[in-house]
Formats: sequence, structure tokens, C-alpha cells
Amino acid sequence: MRQGEISLAGLLALFSIYLMWKATELPIGYISGRGPGGGFWPFWLSLAMLLSCVAIAFNWWRGKTPASRSDEPFMDSFGWLTLLNVGGGVVAFVALISVVSMYGAIALFLLYYLRFLGRHSWPLTLAISILLPIGLFFFFEAVMLISMPQGMAFTQPFFDVMYDIIY
Amino acid sequence: MEILSFLIDGIFLALEPTNLILIVIGVTVGLFIGAMPGLGSVNGVAILLPITFLVPPASAIIFLAAIYYGAMYGGAISSVTLGIPGASTAVATTFDGRPLALQGRASLALVTAALASFVGGTVANIFFTLFAPVLASAALSFGPPEIFALMLLAFATFVGLSGDDVPKTIFSICLGLVLATVGFDTISGAPRLVLFEIDGFLRGIGFIVLAIGVYGIGEMLWTIEQTRGEVTTTNPKMTVKGMASDAKEAVQRGWKGTWIGSFIGFFVGILPAAGATPGSLMSYGVAKMLSRNPEEYGRGSPDGVAAPEAANNSASTGSMLPMLTLGIPGSPTTAILLGGMVIWGLVPGPRLFVDETEFVWGLIGSFYISNIAALVINLAFIPLFIWMLRMPFTILAPLIFVLSIIGGFAASRSMHDLWLIVIFGLAAFFLRKFDYPLAPAVLAIVLGPIAEPTLRQSLLLSSGDPMIFFNRPIAGPITVVAIILILLPALKYLRRKKPVAKG
Amino acid sequence: MKLTKRVFLALAASSTIATLPMTAVAQDWEPRRPIDFTIMAGPGGGADQIARFIQSVVEAGDLTNRPLIPTNRGGGSGAESLLHLKDARDPDHTLMVTLNSFYTTPIRQEGLGVDIETFTPITMMGVDPFVLWVHKDSGITTFEEFVAKVQEMNGDYVMGGTGTGQEDSIVIAYMSSAYGLDINYIPFDGGGAVAAALAGQQIMATVNNPAEAKGFYESGDFLPILSFSDERMDAFPDVPTLKEKGQDFSYYNQRAIVGAPGMTPEAAAYYREVFGQVYDSEQWQNYLVSESLSPLPMDEATTRAYWSTQVANHRQLLADIGN
Repeated sequence: MRQGEISLAGLLALFSIYLMWKATELPIGYISGRGPGGGFWPFWLSLAMLLSCVAIAFNWWRGKTPASRSDEPFMDSFGWLTLLNVGGGVVAFVALISVVSMYGAIALFLLYYLRFLGRHSWPLTLAISILLPIGLFFFFEAVMLISMPQGMAFTQPFFDVMYDIIY
Repeated sequence: MEILSFLIDGIFLALEPTNLILIVIGVTVGLFIGAMPGLGSVNGVAILLPITFLVPPASAIIFLAAIYYGAMYGGAISSVTLGIPGASTAVATTFDGRPLALQGRASLALVTAALASFVGGTVANIFFTLFAPVLASAALSFGPPEIFALMLLAFATFVGLSGDDVPKTIFSICLGLVLATVGFDTISGAPRLVLFEIDGFLRGIGFIVLAIGVYGIGEMLWTIEQTRGEVTTTNPKMTVKGMASDAKEAVQRGWKGTWIGSFIGFFVGILPAAGATPGSLMSYGVAKMLSRNPEEYGRGSPDGVAAPEAANNSASTGSMLPMLTLGIPGSPTTAILLGGMVIWGLVPGPRLFVDETEFVWGLIGSFYISNIAALVINLAFIPLFIWMLRMPFTILAPLIFVLSIIGGFAASRSMHDLWLIVIFGLAAFFLRKFDYPLAPAVLAIVLGPIAEPTLRQSLLLSSGDPMIFFNRPIAGPITVVAIILILLPALKYLRRKKPVAKG
Repeated sequence: MKLTKRVFLALAASSTIATLPMTAVAQDWEPRRPIDFTIMAGPGGGADQIARFIQSVVEAGDLTNRPLIPTNRGGGSGAESLLHLKDARDPDHTLMVTLNSFYTTPIRQEGLGVDIETFTPITMMGVDPFVLWVHKDSGITTFEEFVAKVQEMNGDYVMGGTGTGQEDSIVIAYMSSAYGLDINYIPFDGGGAVAAALAGQQIMATVNNPAEAKGFYESGDFLPILSFSDERMDAFPDVPTLKEKGQDFSYYNQRAIVGAPGMTPEAAAYYREVFGQVYDSEQWQNYLVSESLSPLPMDEATTRAYWSTQVANHRQLLADIGN
């Protein structure tokens, strides 16, 4: 935990510096007669972020926060595994949207989560992962008139059939 | 008295069978749209606008007002049950609504939200009926300096809101404010902070992207990791008796927040450029400040649910005021309603109240009826939402992820934002592990886009002289109060710190 | 819950078909998917209002067999829309409602790599003139008084607008340089906010489309003192134009529908037919009158020529005002 706290503060400090650098593309000063320039607000606030990171590091050095006093590992293997399974699942879900369309990705994600993480029975898993995307399709495309991403070209015939049904 | 007879005519108009059916349908549709993270009244109103071509204007606007009310009530549902604020107006509702749900008191939170919303809506309607034209012209005297002062006040009510770790809280606030500036600087008309030169950032980073990332993904990951996947929320079965006792408790423990929210919400809501979100945030802050046990806030206080919910309903009704009396939209939703009025051949503007009396009072009458309908329909659906929470967590969790992603896309229509949601979610998970409070960042990304331009507009107005915030009759006092409020906790903090440092 | 809404929508849709006499156009090409109807501005502005009006007319008349899906992509002063169209996945089903940032944004943000002359012209729905407004309590009633007042205040005269590089700022910049005016220009968030600021006298004058100021004009709060149209406008016959004052300058906001680059000619023909019907509809013709838009019908070739001249004009205007 102790190591994690300072590493994170360091990363955030780097990010703050990047934001400060990026903000200088527009005037960061006080333009006489016109008030602050376009980069003023983000620049000085990023500086405040950087200073907060310094203060966080100072608190870490003094051992003021619980995390900075703890010698426990940041996460045990179970924690990392959970993060990988669930967080990785969500990342894969979003990545799949561009391939098999929003609805296809939802079906695959539900299948994965319910069956392999949730250990639910196949009938329940299949029922939810097939019916929910169809329900969402009707809700978004027919009722809310919002088109979801349709993935790569091979999904098109399927969508064309669905559109014939709803319109 | 004349007003009263107009109003009664309006109410009777709303009670005509066709219109009543439209209200019931509108409220129900609105409720579910509002309950969906990422969707809000603006979606509901936008999709149903074309349909209103088919009915007379009076019925059309009644229908749209009903959707508007339904969606406002619905916003609290996703805040409480899913822990994701579906709209910026419902952010503050998650602060106490979510803890209540995790304690198995989701029904108390939902009943409180419904009752508070009803009171907020009613109070706003009464103000609206009595003082509409007067208030509208008063609201116009709020220029950029006044709005900026108000934003300062909103921040002030939130100082010390969350987290004992001061540097981490400051970091979070500043992060939210900086992220809010990404995209395009309207004042200089130039792209700004287009991170890593990715064109997707040109559209800026919306509130909803950060909120869904933090609450829908980050908080969920944290909960799953923390509880080792065995989340136990014991939400008892809903019974009529249980609901009645919840209602009683809601009234006893939430009345104060409700009143605070109803009044603050309305007056902030009628200001052009402010709107319902600052109103609900300020109400929460003020309710906490005035509370006898502020430490309860954030841990599941019914007052903490009631204040923002009463305020956002009250403010949303209030934000109709500049639209109807002046033809100025106070929010995207009212902007679309305004478009609707043009389609129906009405001329929005100061003459509307005089020239289209029947239409205006018909609309106000329908507010009253929609508000009652929304309360009844909302209460009727609460058991359904509680039932959802009784699902095993291994089913509920993937559903929340799916709703977050699809709702996030519906709100932004961009894959770029969807990836941002995932990145924010993962980042939020790590920040949360190290006790960084994230609510301040979410608040900041809502208030930042109002605060920064008004600050710069004010300074342009005064040719760079910051005294403009002090020497205008309305802005001056607000600024002074805000600064005192900001300094107060800092002083307290310093005084409290000394003995600790010595000992 | 989904069922009730679906049923409701089906009901609404079927009643649309049943009650309205207009019929769908029979064509060789028909859209097979929902039509992406991108709006180059955020919700609530003039462009948004027009887009939703058009969508309503199409829906009410059941003019297309697939719905138009209005989507606001106003980010980066319209850059988001331009990129969306440029990289459209399915050009045959991607349309955009434009305003003048269609010309200015690619010039101001060259990094986008957008060449609007590759886009497909569909229909010019009309052009929106600009008018100079002052508040009735300002005591100014003519353009000459306005010029005198601005010169007298020497840089303290405050005008509001929708942002540097936006349509109104171009007009104001032209006017300032022509008359040697020093104006303190303050950007606001959209035309509605600008009108509110003038109504509350936070600012002293604005250049707005008539639609945005109309309510206050009718109530007598706003006074039009100059129009930037080619000829005097029907709605304000007593208001002189800048051309009458001896300046060769007029400026309009275009309200056009544009297709994605690479749209097939058949699809473009289909949409021209559809929006031509909208254009001819009673609703749109009334809208043109009530919102003081000027008609400017053009065919494809003329539109393309018009685009090139507009791009050249805007390049010149933006260079003149130092952007």
C-alpha cells in the first residue's frame, strides 16, 4: 500500500504537468483589460493539482494517511484476479462493440459474466443474454430513436431484418 | 382572482379524459427514461416532439410536461438503486441515497425522494402561479457576475463535504474543473486541451461520461473487489405496511431537507444559465450546514435525499419560468420545448403570457396534475425497483455494467466517450482504493462549465477589474458570503490542527 | 415496461399513417436503416430548432420509410459534426443540418483535414439574415446614433454574441472595421443567452437572427436598427440595410441539409426529393415567414458553386478580422 500511494501520487503529478503544458497553448496570463486568457483556468488549476500531489507526497512521508502506514500489499492475488476478470471483461465488452455491434457485445458480455463469473445455470444465462439485448434494441432503436454502433459490415443483414420489423 | 380562474380552467383542461390519459402515459414513459442512466427528460421530450404534431398544442404541451415531470422523478431511481446519477441534477441524491440502499433501506430512500419531489414540485408550482412575471424580470438582473458569485456560493456550501484528506479533496476538485475545460474555449473561439491530439476531445468531457465512469464502473469494481464478490444487501420484500412506515419515517426525517430544497431549488432554477443542478447541490450543502447532525450526511440521511430531490423538481419547474415568460430556454429540455412551441405556431417571448393566456395556464395547470400523477405512479413502481435490487449481485452487477455502457453511448453517441468512461472507471477504482474522494470531481465538472465562462464574461464586462464581483448590488453580498463560507472551515481546520500537532 | 412503450409508439405511428394524407415517395433507392441526422450545434439553438422542425414535418408527413435520428454534435464549433460526416460509416444514411460554421470551422481548424467541397449538397432550406438590436431603454433609435454612441464610449460599448469566429462576431468585426468602432465583445453560450443578456441589459447591443430576438421585438423591448440582408426585410420594412449605408456587405446564416462525402447519386436524389417536399410543405413555408428566413432554392451544381464562393468569402472575412 505504501508504495502504491506514492506511485499513484507521482503518476497524478505527471498528469498535472502534462495538463499544465497543454494549457499553455492558449494564453495563461491575465490579459490587461480583458481578464484571464483561455489557458488561465486550466493552467493554474493544474498547478493546484500538482501542488496537491506534493502535499500528498509530504503526508505520505510523514505517514499521515492509513495507506502510507500500511505494509500490506496493495491488492492480493484474489483482488488482482477480480479486477482482471471484471475490469478486463468491461474493456473487452467495449472493444467488441466495434466488431459485433452494441447488442452483440452486450450478449457476449452477459454470457461471459453470468456463466463464468456468476456461475449461473446455462438456461438462465442464455435467457438473459439473449432477451436483454433484444429488449434493449426495441427500447433504443424503436422507442428512443437512438442508433447504437453496428460493428463491422457482417452484422448488417441482421440489422436490416430488425429494422424491417420495427419500422 | 383572475389568475385563479385561469388556473382552474387550466386544471380542468388537464383533467379532460384525453389529456389525463396523455399525462399518465407521459409520466410513466418519463419515469423509465429518467431511471435509465444516461437518458433524461431531454431525450424523452425530443423523441416525442414530432408526435405532438398530431394533437392540439394544449394537449401536446401537457404531454411533454408530463414526460418532463416523470423524468425528474425517475432520476432519483437510478441514483438510489444503481448508484449512478442518471442526470447531473441527481448527483447529490446518490450521496445519501446509495448508502441507504446498501443498508437495505432503498425503499426509504425512494419514498423520501418521491415525497420530497412532490413537495418541491408543488411549492414551485405555487410560486410560479403567483409570481411568474415578476420573478422573470427579476431573474434577468442576474448577469455573469451574479451567476459566478452564485457558483462560488455553490462551491462554498461544499467545502469540507467529503474526505478528511484535504490535499486529495483539493486534487479532486481541481481535476474536475480542469477536465471541464477540455474541448473548445468559446470565449476565444479556439480548441483547448485537446488531449494527446485526439479529435474526440474536441467535444469536451461531459458530466455524464465522468459520472458513469466513476459510479457505474469504478464504484462497482471497487465494491466487487472489496466484498470479494459477495455483496449482501438485504432489501426486505415490499409490503403496503412497510411502505407506509417508510413514508412516515421519510416525513419525520426528511421534512427539513424537503423545505430547504424546495425554496433554494426554485430560486436558483429560475435564473438563466444556472438551472437545476446547482440548485440541488446547494440545497444539499445548505441542508447539511443547517442540520443538527451533519455527520449523518453521506452515510444515509433521509434529509440528504430529500433536499436535492425537492430542489431538482422545484428548480426544473422554476426553469420553465424564463422559457414561458421570456422565451429563453434555461436548459436543453426547455430549449426543445421552446422549439415545440414554435412548431405549434406560438411565439415565445414576453408577450406569450398576455397573448396565449389559455395555453400558458393550461400548461401550469398540467404541472399540478402531472406532479400528482408522477407521485402516485412513482410510488406504485417502487416495489418493482426494489425487486430489482433483490436480484443476486452476480446478475445485478453485469446489468449495471451493461446499462452504464449503453446509457453512456446513448448520452454521448460517441465511441470515444465510451472509452473515456472505461478509462475513468479504471482510474476511479485505483483512486478510490487510496481514499481519493471523487464526488468533488463530479460536482466540479458540472459547475466548472458555468463558473469559468461567467468569470471571464464578468471580467470582460469590467475590462479586467475584479471589483465587479463586489460592487454590484446582487453579486457583492453573494460573493462576500461565499468567501466567508470558504474561509470558515479552513480556519476551523487550522485551529483544530494545532493541538494535534503539539500532542 | 418495454411492451407498453412499444405498443404506445406503434399506436402513435399507425395513427400518423392513418391521419395524414401525404404519401411516401416511390423511388428506386430507399433507405434501409435509420437516417443519421446530425445537427451541427448543441440542443436549443437556431440550427437545432430547425432540424427538429424538419424532422417533425418528415415524421408527420411520413415522408421516409426509416426515421431521421436527430443527434446534436456541436463540439468544437461543429468540428465534431464535420469529422463525423467525413468518416461516415454509411454515407448513404448520414445527413447534416448546417450553419455557417460549415465554412468557418474547417478554415479556423485546419488540422481537421475537412474539405467541405467533398460533401454532398442536398437541399438549401433557406438563409437566415442578421439584424443589429439594441434595448429600447438605450435611447438609440437609428444606426447613426449607434455609431456615435459607440465612438463616444471609446471601447466601453459592450456587445454580446455567441463567440469569436461565430457568425455574429464576423458581422460585428466587419461593421467595426468599416466604421472604426471599438466594441467590447463578450461571448455567451448560444443565441438564447445573448438575447437574455440584452433583455436584462447586461450588454448594450447584439447581432442576432430575427428568430432569436423576435419575442422581445414584439413586446417592444428590443429595437432593430440595421439589417445585414441584401434588401430590406419584409418583417422590418423600416429598418435600413448596411448596403443602403454604402457598404457592400450582407451576411446570412445558411440553413442547409448536406450529405456525407461519398453518398451515392441515387441516395442523394432520394433525399433531395424528400426535403424538397418538406421545403414545399405549408408548414415550412409558414416557418420561413414567421422566422423571417429568406428562401434561396438551388440545385446541386449551383450549390457547389455557391460553396466555393462562400469558402473564399469566409477565408477573406476571417483573414480580415485577424483569425
